[in-house]
Amino acid sequence: MNPLSVVVRTICDVFAWFIGIFGIYIIIHGHLTPGGGFQGGAVVATMMAFLLVSYGGKKTLSFAKTGLLSAMETTGLLVFIGAGLLGITSTLFFNFLAGQGGIFGAAVPIGPNSGVLNSAGTISVMNMAVGLEVIGGLSLIILYMFKGIRLFDNASESGETGHDR
Amino acid sequence: MNWQIHLPALVLAIPLLGAFASPVAGLGGRNVRNGWMIFISITTTAMCLLLLQKVLADGTAVYVMGAENWNLTLPSGLSWPIRIILQVDAFSAFMAVVGSIAALAGAFFSLSFMDKFTGLEKFSALYFLLVTGMLGMQLTGDLFNFFVFLEIASVASFGLIAFWRDRPEAVEASFKYMIVSTLSAMFILIAVGFLYGRYNAVNIAAVARMLHMGYAEKIALVFLVVSLTMKCGTVPMHMWTPDAYAEAPAGVTCLLVGVSQASLYGLFRVCFSLYGASLGSSVIPWTIIVMGVLSMFIGVTMAVIQKEIKRLMAYHSVSQIGYILLALGVGLLALRDPQAMADYGFTAMKGGIFHIINYTMYKGLLFLTAGAVYYAAGSRNLNELGGLASVMPHTTFMFFIAAAAIAGIPPFNGFVSKLLIYQSTFAVYPLLAVVALVTSVLTLASFVKVFQTAFLGPAKKKFANVKEVPGSMLIGMSVLTIVIIALTLFPTWTLSHLVEPAAKALVDQAGYISAVMGGGL
Repeated sequence: MNPLSVVVRTICDVFAWFIGIFGIYIIIHGHLTPGGGFQGGAVVATMMAFLLVSYGGKKTLSFAKTGLLSAMETTGLLVFIGAGLLGITSTLFFNFLAGQGGIFGAAVPIGPNSGVLNSAGTISVMNMAVGLEVIGGLSLIILYMFKGIRLFDNASESGETGHDR
Repeated sequence: MNWQIHLPALVLAIPLLGAFASPVAGLGGRNVRNGWMIFISITTTAMCLLLLQKVLADGTAVYVMGAENWNLTLPSGLSWPIRIILQVDAFSAFMAVVGSIAALAGAFFSLSFMDKFTGLEKFSALYFLLVTGMLGMQLTGDLFNFFVFLEIASVASFGLIAFWRDRPEAVEASFKYMIVSTLSAMFILIAVGFLYGRYNAVNIAAVARMLHMGYAEKIALVFLVVSLTMKCGTVPMHMWTPDAYAEAPAGVTCLLVGVSQASLYGLFRVCFSLYGASLGSSVIPWTIIVMGVLSMFIGVTMAVIQKEIKRLMAYHSVSQIGYILLALGVGLLALRDPQAMADYGFTAMKGGIFHIINYTMYKGLLFLTAGAVYYAAGSRNLNELGGLASVMPHTTFMFFIAAAAIAGIPPFNGFVSKLLIYQSTFAVYPLLAVVALVTSVLTLASFVKVFQTAFLGPAKKKFANVKEVPGSMLIGMSVLTIVIIALTLFPTWTLSHLVEPAAKALVDQAGYISAVMGGGL
């Protein structure tokens, strides 16, 4: 995949940030608006597809760190199950942060209101964990699918190790 | 209030933690990764055993995820449950124990078997995800969650079946399994949608309480029966089984046998606990019986002609699933008639449920021994193998135990459950028992063939350097061998302490409903 013209690359430079911020907005507002960790994470991961299309495979692969993306994935998963296990004094996945004050536990006023962002307790934590996991996972999937295309271009690229018969 | 009330949740949380932490354990190198895999498997099995003990002592356990209290099934006076509820009766706990023992054996076996391959932290993550999916299907009390756990198990299986991704056959098997699983998962989703549309609830107990047989319920039932029999590989929807079982690494195949039992569990949970007395006519029981008979006979006749050892065993698992379907179908047939239930129905159910544990243990062991033969001799083709008994004595011994058990040779556990099935199905229709007997004879014939060609005979020059497999594989196989020998030595104890409570729990629809819904309304 070759890089596209300078027009496309400039537009990518500008809009990639908006995509990232919009995705993070969806993740953080998961409990108030439609969407959540998975949907927001998927939006952020399209940034990787965007870069791949506009800058071409060589450049994208040179700065995309698969180790970092894997680490994001694992961290997200561990935070998710950890947040579930911390509630086990009541039940598994008990929302022990809700209504406790602090940044995750603001009380929600009774009656119609526009929603309180920092009120959801562990639900917010889990949304962020899932978001982190999906950003890492989907970006990796996009990168690996791209590498899969290249396998057919250049068969010697195949670094198959150990999966012998 | 002790920690044991959290057991249903812990049974799911521990393998899930095992899966999520596997990449971290993988950073520590080979020993840390293997240690983590063994630690999680043993802990999960121990939790399942404790759960079974608790359920047998205290009756059905419920667990409400994320509630203030574990038994808050109907919060603030609501008339139907809203949260995710795990509901574990004796049958669920029994199935969880069976599945977790298969998972433990598969994990031990995989340590050495997979040692020369890369990507093992992903293997262990997928393995525990599959365990979580299987146990979740067995413990959940909620139809939609059943679908979710089924998807978790399916997606993990796709990855594991195609783990040897440079084998075209493995990728093909995984793709076939993916299509079948996705189709059946969609069927289940449609069925859950029908029931949710009618009753505004997805909790099995809540739906069962309100259920009146109408068109929507009939459509949902057909979708559920078709998809779940498809997932456990009954004729005529068995085409994915030989491919998937033969191409997955042996430790995974052992676990997949346990996972197919989870689909079987879902089928009987739906038939007995969800529909139960309101099933009405005997169409569904007879459908299950006919599918069982077809699976038994077609599975075994296909198995006799196979030359590849794992494919042969995979066709046998189609035929053994048939026994279980036949037995529990007869139980379902007798459900509405207390006299029939006392005469033959309950015996059939005991036979079927006993056959579930027997089948999982000996079939898992057979797949593991096939994997061991493949690992040591490098071939799965019966025409090439021969004379392995002298170089692999332990594997040969364990294969002999498993083959004798599956063929139903008298002292072994397979004989006990098959005898119960023969006796009870004869009372319904003698031909059923005849087909079951013929199937058993053909099973014996094909395992005599395998034993004769692969293990007996003169030692071949080609296999002169073959050695017995490494210790961890032997441990994995001995776990199952010990269970088989224990079941063989104490069939009466097993029947009265494990199988009978499970069968009673399955028949007792009112008890299943009241555990969640209370006296309520």
